[in-house]
Amino acid sequence: MSDVVEKTLTALPSLLSLDSLSGSTTLSSTSKLGNLIRGITELTSKHEEEKLIQRELTSIKEQVSSPNTSTRQMKELMVRAIYCEMLGYEASFSYIHAIKLAQQGTGLEKRVGYLAVSLFLNESHELLLLLVNTVLKDLQSTNLIEVCMALTVVSQMFPKDMIPAILPLVEEKLNHPKEIIRRKAVLALYKFYLIAPNQVQHIHNKFRKALCDKDPGVMAASLHIYFQMIQENPEGYKDLTSSFVTILKQVVGGKLPMDFNYHSVPAPWMQIQLLRILAILGRNDQSSSEIMYEVLDESLRRAEINHNITYAILYECVKCIYTIHPKSELLEKAAKCIGNFVLSLKINLKYLGLKALTYVVQQDPKLALQHQMTIIECLDHSDLLIKRETLELLFRITNAQNVSVIVEKMLEFLRVNKDDYTTIDLVGKVAELAEKYAPDNEWFIETMSTVFSVGGDKMQPDIPNSFLKLLSEGFDSVEEDRKLRLFAVDSYVSLLQGEPGKLPQRFLQVISWVLGEYSYLREELDAVLRLLANLLDMRSTSSETKSWVLMAMTKLCGGGAGVSVIREVCETYGSSLDTVLRQRAQELQHLSQDCELRARVLPRGAGLEPLEVDSSLSFLDGFVSEALAAGAAPYKPPHQRQEELAQTKALSLEPYGLSLPISMSSCSIADRQSPTLLSVSSGLSGESPDLSHKGGTTTLKLDGVKRVWGREGYLSQREPVEEPVHVEVPSPVVSPSQRGGEADRSHSQTPTPTATPQPEQEKQQLASSLFVGLASQSSVCLMGKSESTTQRFRRKARGPVSSPAASEQISNSPVSTPSTANHLLGNNFLDSNITSDLSVSSLESTSQLSRGPAAANGICEVELTESSPALPRDNAVAAAAPAPHQDPDTLKDACLRSHLPAEFSGLCPSDITPLCTNQTLDFLACHLQKEDSVSLVVFIYNSSDSDIQQILLELDSDELEVSCVCGSAVQEARSHSVAVCQYSLTVKRPSVHVEVVGMASYRCPAETPQSARFSYKLPLTSFIRPLTVSTEEYGAMWLDFSHDTKQKLTLRSDGRESLADTLDVLKKKLNLHVVEIIGTEGIVACRLLRDQPCLMHCRLHEGSLSVWLRSPVPDLPDCLMYHCQRALQEH
Amino acid sequence: MMQFMLLFSRQGKLRLQKWYVPLSDKERKKISRDLVQTILARKPKMCSFLEWRDLKIVYKRYASLYFCCAVEDQDNELITLEIIHRYVELLDKYFGSVCELDIIFNFEKAYFILDEFLLGGEAQETSKKNVLKAIEQADLLQEEAEAPRSVLEEIGLT
Repeated sequence: MSDVVEKTLTALPSLLSLDSLSGSTTLSSTSKLGNLIRGITELTSKHEEEKLIQRELTSIKEQVSSPNTSTRQMKELMVRAIYCEMLGYEASFSYIHAIKLAQQGTGLEKRVGYLAVSLFLNESHELLLLLVNTVLKDLQSTNLIEVCMALTVVSQMFPKDMIPAILPLVEEKLNHPKEIIRRKAVLALYKFYLIAPNQVQHIHNKFRKALCDKDPGVMAASLHIYFQMIQENPEGYKDLTSSFVTILKQVVGGKLPMDFNYHSVPAPWMQIQLLRILAILGRNDQSSSEIMYEVLDESLRRAEINHNITYAILYECVKCIYTIHPKSELLEKAAKCIGNFVLSLKINLKYLGLKALTYVVQQDPKLALQHQMTIIECLDHSDLLIKRETLELLFRITNAQNVSVIVEKMLEFLRVNKDDYTTIDLVGKVAELAEKYAPDNEWFIETMSTVFSVGGDKMQPDIPNSFLKLLSEGFDSVEEDRKLRLFAVDSYVSLLQGEPGKLPQRFLQVISWVLGEYSYLREELDAVLRLLANLLDMRSTSSETKSWVLMAMTKLCGGGAGVSVIREVCETYGSSLDTVLRQRAQELQHLSQDCELRARVLPRGAGLEPLEVDSSLSFLDGFVSEALAAGAAPYKPPHQRQEELAQTKALSLEPYGLSLPISMSSCSIADRQSPTLLSVSSGLSGESPDLSHKGGTTTLKLDGVKRVWGREGYLSQREPVEEPVHVEVPSPVVSPSQRGGEADRSHSQTPTPTATPQPEQEKQQLASSLFVGLASQSSVCLMGKSESTTQRFRRKARGPVSSPAASEQISNSPVSTPSTANHLLGNNFLDSNITSDLSVSSLESTSQLSRGPAAANGICEVELTESSPALPRDNAVAAAAPAPHQDPDTLKDACLRSHLPAEFSGLCPSDITPLCTNQTLDFLACHLQKEDSVSLVVFIYNSSDSDIQQILLELDSDELEVSCVCGSAVQEARSHSVAVCQYSLTVKRPSVHVEVVGMASYRCPAETPQSARFSYKLPLTSFIRPLTVSTEEYGAMWLDFSHDTKQKLTLRSDGRESLADTLDVLKKKLNLHVVEIIGTEGIVACRLLRDQPCLMHCRLHEGSLSVWLRSPVPDLPDCLMYHCQRALQEH
Repeated sequence: MMQFMLLFSRQGKLRLQKWYVPLSDKERKKISRDLVQTILARKPKMCSFLEWRDLKIVYKRYASLYFCCAVEDQDNELITLEIIHRYVELLDKYFGSVCELDIIFNFEKAYFILDEFLLGGEAQETSKKNVLKAIEQADLLQEEAEAPRSVLEEIGLT
């Protein structure tokens, strides 16, 4: 190193002088970078480094812009610029020169140019447009290396809009004789697929060709595309299952060239990718899964060398086995594998073991029981990651009995954890568990207090929201509610008496709200008011919190309580500069003086009764007309004002009028009781058409609420096969005193004692408290028990909110939810015949799907059915293909259709598709298009002889807002009859296809709880409605919308009326409104449900149709383009 | 899919960075600073994996250099570890028992090898032989270009 030091010292002066003699010698070029690097290593302070680099950058800047710099020097300069950027200094002046170098250079210079471009720019950078021509040229080059370079840069980044320009050339490369070119071309198309799927959908059959390529490398590259496509639409590729299985068989069997081996394991990357694909294809699909069993078994058997790579394959294999339709033999082997991982001394494997365990534990809780001692050890592991994963595992096995121990462990972790992301996640989980399984009021309130103090202001806002909602809605018993609220008030009062300055703002807001609502349950209101006033005086209290506090004081001020405190507060804040605070203070002053008014405005203990809100603000009409008469300017919505502003600037003289429903951000009207956060969507008064009224719900709605109250704990799917082998199997029933002891210990704020004389015993005790409720023999009675505890916190059954007497519906019976199914339809309509027909037809259809010839010899000769994946029918891209026999199908349909709620009589439902089938229950669904939403109707048919109760359906979707219409989350299905659940769907985020995933859990009498998962797919077109606008309105809207996409589509016919014909097809298939056709141009409009318009402009151009879509909603144009293309192709 | 790959020294100096997802310059800097700090603070016996935001970080130390990859949650951590290993093997073969200095002074070569091995965040060519063959071919081109052009070539070009 001293050598280097010396060299650097001598080089330093020369380096500085060299720069001025630009390009004097090519020999110095390599050493220039070397000098720079050595110079930097020698510097001692950041400041010196900064000075040196700035000097370097100035010199580079001078040279790159000099016209005399040769491309070779330029290459060298680029390398130095890359180096400076890597050190964190900006060299943006060199970006354009990097592009120039890629364009002008040859050989290595070009390569460095491309490299610099790929390092400097990201795919949204505008300069990338300048690269398009260069790429185009190089793709056509006869020099293979240049083609490779172009493909390499294209697969890393390319401007989305320019893909059509190079697509034909890249496609052409799929037929190139060199496999390296074909491989890179496939990866480039993969990249295109990721950034703009609709651009490449017409070449799907070429992907199939790539999958059949004679070079395994090209085939492997195509697996990436297939993985992506299958993930998005598994149903469309079931026919490939056997091909993938055959490929995997050959890979595992070592049929590939030696080149593909990695540490003597055949093509591990390919194996893993194939296993991931198979897992998706086999999920919820018995017949596809059956094709896989053999090869999975072989993969497990072959992976025996003790090397990371085999463990990687094993892990993927285990995941696949637990994802697809189960087979007990394989599950046993996979369980053993997981055991090996968990018990491994290598920490990486142990981690993956825990992860795998977390993945499977809901299906197979016995496995967690087997490894309980290891899990306990991991809980105290020094690596936080291991701890974290263990908590994740415990989260999945929580039930009413171990909840307090597990939550205590989680809170312990939270107190030491510093990573925000983990804190937010874990806090949400604790809150979920606390709501679900809280053993008693005190525990619940205390746990939530810890959640609020630890989670602070970072946590998800829905945690405090649903907590407050829970408190205000109450449960089934008035007395219980009173106790809970009183306890909350008491504990918050004592918190405020402590050190309120240390509590996060969110928590203070929760406290103020609770105190404001429920302090009347206590005697001394004065004390509470004084505590709240103290909060106002603290400097750390934010003004948002202050307004919560003032609101709380307003609710409490009646009856002469704390007159002096209130007067003081009013004086201080009545003149506050913060207008919100000033208003609150004014309200406080008025209402504290006028008891009658206060009682009317803020009735005590009213909870969250629905408010009648006149959102059209009609009560202001008089005021407005007076103001107008007095000469005030009429109100214009913000965007109209903006538009007018733009018009005056741009001299656009067209008289645009707007009739489109104005979309308001969302109709959240702050509840009178809470200054912010809690929002009540109200029973809207009739004439308010211009509100974006999400899904037409009339119930109180909170963002992101997913959990459903009163859901069962862990649900095992099948009976455990063997008895647990452990000695310390937890006793099935824990005596109350022991439980009490556990609870006490977890209440005390100290972490679990570790320094006790008998650590081993300690651990076993912990184990028995953690894993209680998991043992197979105890599960039945434990579940029964947990039921009774969760009942306490089950939300009160509420009728439709519109009924004003909802609050009076207090019942003492635990399950008081009226079965809506019985209201809506007659029982005993179906007989068992129909279900048997039904299962037969669905079986046949799946077996049809999974045909596909097995490959002959050699991996390259995998033969594929060239038929394109079954095209979706008009409405449903549903799980099953068209059934071969029409008769049973229509019969079933007809029967189920008669169960559709009466309100849908005028609508045309989609085909009814089976979702999943268990021994006793069949789940089916269809959807109906309504004006402002889509209704999803789920039929639950009970084919057994006994009634099934406590059916709980949970539906969720990434793209959709799903809300239950009947308010009937918990239902029962009578023997041999059908129960119906109805959901309303609205679009959160447009996507080509949207999917609702669901989980149903239920309990047959005298059996363990069961669960089933399913998914239901719909095309976006189900949500598209025609938008009737005039040409003028269209013009106005067109300019307003910022998101657009353009593409050429094929025309439907060549005749004179081709435009009209084509638009007619689109109109029929996609439900669009054709506004006008003028010569070779047409304008079309539609909307996504109520208020998300999308406009389309089409023009005939050189025998094809140039389509331009615009919308204010991101992604909507892209998705719609996809469907237009689809519709025209299908025709 | 791999999101990005970072190489940094024990002192926390970045030696190589490859981003497979579009991120702004500011975000890149923040991410690499955060990760370098977190990883350097970890003890040698700890797990090679990290949960970081919604990503999974896989890292491994070779001599004085840390190799660190970010993958998505569903990706296989162990195979990512092997991707790192294969990359090190490739560097080793190309430079002939590679050390940190080789990578510092020839970082553009290290990038070329990486691009030939991983493309767009996915393993492109996993065979050591084939990757190096592709690199050698491109290197040959460079030598030709760097050798003085013959008269014939000059004529051919014009």
